[in-house]
Amino acid sequence: MDFNLTEEQQMLQDTVARLVREQYGFEAREGFYRSEVGFSTAFWQQLSELGLTAVPFDEALGGFGGGCVDNLVIMTELGRGLCLEPFLHSQIFGGGLLQQLANPDQQQTLLPQVVSGELQLAVAFEEPQSHYRLNDVACRAEAVEGGWRISGRKSVVIGGDSADRILVSARTFGEQRDDSGISLFVLDPAAEGVSRSGYPCIDGPRAFDLLLEKVFVPSGAMLGEEGQALGALRYQQGRAIAAQCAEALGSMEEVFSLTLDYLKTRKQFGRPIGEFQVLQHRMADICSELEQARSMAIMAACVADEPDSDDRSRRLTAAKYIVARAARFVAEQAIQLHGGIGMTWEYSLSHHAKRLVMLSHQFGDDDHHLGVYAQLMQTA
Amino acid sequence: MNIRYTADELAFRDEVRAFVRQSLPADIATSVRLGKHLNKEQHQRWQRILSTKGWYAANWPVEHGGTGWTVVQKHIFQEECAALGAPRLISFGVNMVAPVIIKFGTEQQKACYLPRILSGEDWWCQGYSEPGAGSDLASLKTRAVRDGEHYVVNGQKTWTTLGQYANRIFCLVRTDTDARPQQGISFLLIDMDSPGISVRPIITLDGEHEVNEVFFDNVRVPVQNRIGEENRGWTCAKYLLTHERTGQAGIGTSKAALAHLKQVAAQETCDGRPLIEDPLLRAQIADIEMQLMAIEMSTLRILAAAQAGGVPGAESSILKIKGSEIRQAISHLMRKVLGPHALPFVEAELNPAFAGEPRHADYSSAPASEYFNLRKLSIYGGSNEIQKNIIAKMMLEL
Ligand SMILES: Cc1cc2nc3c(=O)[nH]c(=O)nc-3n(C[C@H](O)[C@H](O)[C@H](O)COP(=O)(O)OP(=O)(O)OC[C@H]3O[C@@H](n4cnc5c(N)ncnc54)[C@H](O)[C@@H]3O)c2cc1C
Repeated sequence: MDFNLTEEQQMLQDTVARLVREQYGFEAREGFYRSEVGFSTAFWQQLSELGLTAVPFDEALGGFGGGCVDNLVIMTELGRGLCLEPFLHSQIFGGGLLQQLANPDQQQTLLPQVVSGELQLAVAFEEPQSHYRLNDVACRAEAVEGGWRISGRKSVVIGGDSADRILVSARTFGEQRDDSGISLFVLDPAAEGVSRSGYPCIDGPRAFDLLLEKVFVPSGAMLGEEGQALGALRYQQGRAIAAQCAEALGSMEEVFSLTLDYLKTRKQFGRPIGEFQVLQHRMADICSELEQARSMAIMAACVADEPDSDDRSRRLTAAKYIVARAARFVAEQAIQLHGGIGMTWEYSLSHHAKRLVMLSHQFGDDDHHLGVYAQLMQTA
Repeated sequence: MNIRYTADELAFRDEVRAFVRQSLPADIATSVRLGKHLNKEQHQRWQRILSTKGWYAANWPVEHGGTGWTVVQKHIFQEECAALGAPRLISFGVNMVAPVIIKFGTEQQKACYLPRILSGEDWWCQGYSEPGAGSDLASLKTRAVRDGEHYVVNGQKTWTTLGQYANRIFCLVRTDTDARPQQGISFLLIDMDSPGISVRPIITLDGEHEVNEVFFDNVRVPVQNRIGEENRGWTCAKYLLTHERTGQAGIGTSKAALAHLKQVAAQETCDGRPLIEDPLLRAQIADIEMQLMAIEMSTLRILAAAQAGGVPGAESSILKIKGSEIRQAISHLMRKVLGPHALPFVEAELNPAFAGEPRHADYSSAPASEYFNLRKLSIYGGSNEIQKNIIAKMMLEL
């Protein structure tokens, strides 16, 4: 057992933490949120220049060869700063899919630009009816001369409505909820028949809905084997879940320290409110939840790179479940302990609270993962 | 024992139901159901409809234009309206300052203010909280210094709900700085267009402009605008707070929200089936429904006691805690039922006047915002921690 970061990982942590501290003050973030793309292109540029966008990729592909613990380090700091850039969706989820599934040709044409951060990815997997089920794919791709024609809808695709390529799941055969028959395509959003309508999400990042009307993609745009994409989607979503747990951890740590400070400084009835025992206990609860979440985020990072197995799936699902519940508890109680101030847009705390609650609306909420775990649980 | 309403009360309930079904404008019902923030005009329109019927000032005595209803009738009226999707009345005028004026005001004050509340001419807001005085309200610092026939008011109020619509504000101000905190406070009625008042919006986490800061810079207020005696404003404040807490269980509102939740859960799907068929979700909805049943029974027991002449005590704190928890739990489930569709924050769709094609469904635009907005339920009107202090002190004598 070893729960320490390596020296390299510590340096990575210092680098990202400093960058976030210097570039991502809360007021600056507000400006990024209101900007056209909804995040800071300058900050993304810096992530790229410092080689951070390359961290999750294999060295053989021009990456830094980092693992999920490195992702944990980066995502924790991005979470602490409430960063809006699509690092998780583009570099970890999308990038992971590319790396796992792309053939040498596709690797050559796409990966270098993704690794460098020049080209951003988004993954389109939710549909109006799917409710976190990756296998529920009504979107269809029909074989035509030289490629495929894709039709259907994808909902709430996160990762900036500015994404340069969208990885879309579409069914090439089988029934709507079959495990097999799902294929993954690299889609150029400028292609004919693609409509995307973007909007901010309530926790800050941009997303978009996708309407695909007989969109033609060439044969070379299919990632991996036809009809066999579900396994990779699940596996990479597991890595994304680990990263998301880390993001929540950073955000919770920030909320924890803001709230603890507030209990010490806010006075009512002639004394700091932190002297009221009920608030001390509540803060102790927050502290305990945070500790549990930290453990699960670490666990998730350590198993996310393992080969697929029931044990890996169980652990990632458990991490998501525990972290989602801790995040909601911490968010709600932090607002409560702040009183009215905790509900204001002007204060970063409320945005952390929104992020923490809404993270559970990506990749499945606690109910979803409770169900998944119950299925995977060993009963004897 | 008998938990049912009497035949008369049932007849009254049917009368209320029939009236609301017939008179509640569709656009208002829709805004309420979908969790959108009503605009000023919608609030006023519903008030006028009730006022015309003579039901707006349900809690006032008949002589001032009230209904003379029993406490049970008032309860039935309020909860039926809410359960049928009517908006909650903005209570600052009709259900907060008015009872204080009726109880402590002079004849002249009654004649001046009550009709204007009834007609909707005046929109009141509540100027209690200050940056330094939230839960510890008695530590408020806004100063009123006597200058002949006027008070000169300086200071700041905050969290003033819908102050941007108001033309009047009732304030707690400090008129004696030497006395014990509760004893140097007076209750003043102030015109919002008085020189020296400025209002600044506070935007809440859901992007809404619902609360404000109100600044007083040498605002001159006629002494005749004081309710009750000088330095006795705390008595008015306490009287008003008990009014603020009754009906806070929000049973009708929760019933309507629960019904809506079920409808939405029947429309959203997971694994090819309506979500409402998911046993885990059903169990959570059932849990809330049973809690709601319990709080309704608790409310009825308190009402029956009040009807028999009892004065509700710390029981109303129990109702406030449980009621707010239930409403928050419903809003949590409502957000969850939407899955990823709860994420989009499209402000145009939150506007009651939005007539376009909704992104996912008409019911999916507001629930996440509403969930965050409703965090307020356990903060304002005496936070849930403060309510528990009241229970511990008053009921448990700890
Ligand atoms: C949306 C909204 C609308 C509002 N509208 C109005 C309005 O129209 N007019 C108006 O005057 N006010 C209004 N308020 C103000 C509201 O009444 C106050 O927010 C409330 O009294 C709490 O005060 P505070 O926000 O300063 O929190 P604080 O009093 O600073 O409380 C912070 C935390 O400490 C806890 N706490 C404080 N004292 C104790 C104690 N003794 N024991 C245990 N815990 C304690 C609280 O419960 C809370 O968790 C509104 C508030 C909100 C959020």
